[in-house]
Amino acid sequence: MKALENQDFASTAAPVVRFENVGVRYGLGPEVLHDLSFTVEPRSFQFLTGPSGAGKTTLLRLILLSVKPTRGLVSLFGQEVAGISKQALTGLRRRMGVVFQDFRLLDHLTTYENVALPLRVQGKEESAYRAEVVELLRWVGLGERMHVLPPVLSGGEKQRAAIARALIARPDLLLADEPTGNVDPPLARRLLRLFIEMNRLGTSVVIATHDFGLMDQVDARRLVLGDGELHIDA
Amino acid sequence: MTLHTPASDTRGSAPADAAESLPATLRRNAPLVPLDTASGRALVAVIAILTFLAALCAGAAELVSASSAQWRSSVAREATIQVRPRQGRDIEADVARAAAVARAAPGVQEVRATSHEESARLLEPWLGAGLDFGELPVPRIVVVRLGEGPRPDLAPLRRALAEGVPGATLDDHAQWLARLSTMAATVVGVGVGLVVLVIAAAGLAVAFATRGAMAGNREVVEVLHFVGAEDDYIARAFQRRFFQLGLVGGGIGGLAALAAIGGAGALAAAWRASPAGDQIEALFGAFAIGWRGIAIVVLIALAVSAVAGAMSRITVRQHLAAAG
Repeated sequence: MKALENQDFASTAAPVVRFENVGVRYGLGPEVLHDLSFTVEPRSFQFLTGPSGAGKTTLLRLILLSVKPTRGLVSLFGQEVAGISKQALTGLRRRMGVVFQDFRLLDHLTTYENVALPLRVQGKEESAYRAEVVELLRWVGLGERMHVLPPVLSGGEKQRAAIARALIARPDLLLADEPTGNVDPPLARRLLRLFIEMNRLGTSVVIATHDFGLMDQVDARRLVLGDGELHIDA
Repeated sequence: MTLHTPASDTRGSAPADAAESLPATLRRNAPLVPLDTASGRALVAVIAILTFLAALCAGAAELVSASSAQWRSSVAREATIQVRPRQGRDIEADVARAAAVARAAPGVQEVRATSHEESARLLEPWLGAGLDFGELPVPRIVVVRLGEGPRPDLAPLRRALAEGVPGATLDDHAQWLARLSTMAATVVGVGVGLVVLVIAAAGLAVAFATRGAMAGNREVVEVLHFVGAEDDYIARAFQRRFFQLGLVGGGIGGLAALAAIGGAGALAAAWRASPAGDQIEALFGAFAIGWRGIAIVVLIALAVSAVAGAMSRITVRQHLAAAG
């Protein structure tokens, strides 16, 4: 697949994510991540990789501001996040879409309602986003499953619903944790093309995966986590 | 969203009227906090019981209040002149004079002097039957019925009696009225206090239930935060849920209370001829709370629902603020 060229766009705008010497420890334990320094540029596409337990999910949670760094500086969309107000935090999260490894779909809501959730919590009328949600659901192959509750969905279907939920509000930054872990290779390729398409439309994409087959399909930057440290393979 | 999907992806070319082909049964705006849970049903039962008790208290207070108002209005429309026999005076003449003075007073509608026999009969419960009251100096009563409208000032009548009829005293029932008012106000006060306590208990029950719901729905709250929901949006979702539960519980409790009061009224009507029924009727009147009572019960049910919603919202806001 052709190399992604979007990094060239980004030189003037503030980085979407900026980490400087960030470290994380849980309680009084040792640092699980230390001295992380990197940026995610606007409209860029990168993989976050490393062995299981290397801290990929923790790093994504740091970006998502659900884990606080023990030290260092984190900026999102040009805004430093230390001491950020709840309102500002909500504003930042609305610019991010996230696909959790365990999907985190709400079991009492239908697939349609789950996917529409980011738009609904912004106070939008259901009629205003209905067509968009249905189109995206059909595109990820869930057109016939939109009225179904998540416990009835297969693992792959849940994953696609989670991806659709992350994309529906057209985020500026997409964080995906093992987004193709539960789907067959053709569908994985199809979902990857969806991420690439989103990236072309302007979304910065960070995909955490240890699937080399997936990474080999795209010539993109790789952030490699190992022993709590980050190396960047351009 | 218009995705530039590859041509091979035919599923991606969604028709513009995609929304119109949605299944009619598709649920689109379900509550964000699950409604029908075991804890939710238990809370409905608690709220229903508390509303039932509060509505019964309020209904009983309303019954006593309405009945006491009836008693007071009938007692307040009467006054009594007591004429004591005095040595050397003709009691019949004194009674006739007292009645004449009363008739001349403003605001008096009707005057009726009791006869010697009637006065003697009034003493029978204390002195026993079969006595010859002819020799006893039995006081005589003149019943003065006052006209409709505001109660007239009885001071001129009292002065005229003191001047014209020695041994005559006027009882305007003020003391009895004051006691009745105090009793009714106490019953109503206790009723209001109990209603307030019960509503407070309902509020606390909802606060505990909300904490439980927050713990049970931690994942829901977390996901809502991640997809960009504000704390107040989440608090409102919980508020809606608990307001709905409060409405259901309050409605059940309120209807049960109205049915209980109605049933008690029907029973009282069935016993009307018996001594117990007479006592009940004397205390509670016709045992019907009327539109005012129904409105009070409905208001209590609504107040419980509103308190449930407000308490859950406050609890969620506090919980989220503490969670940082």
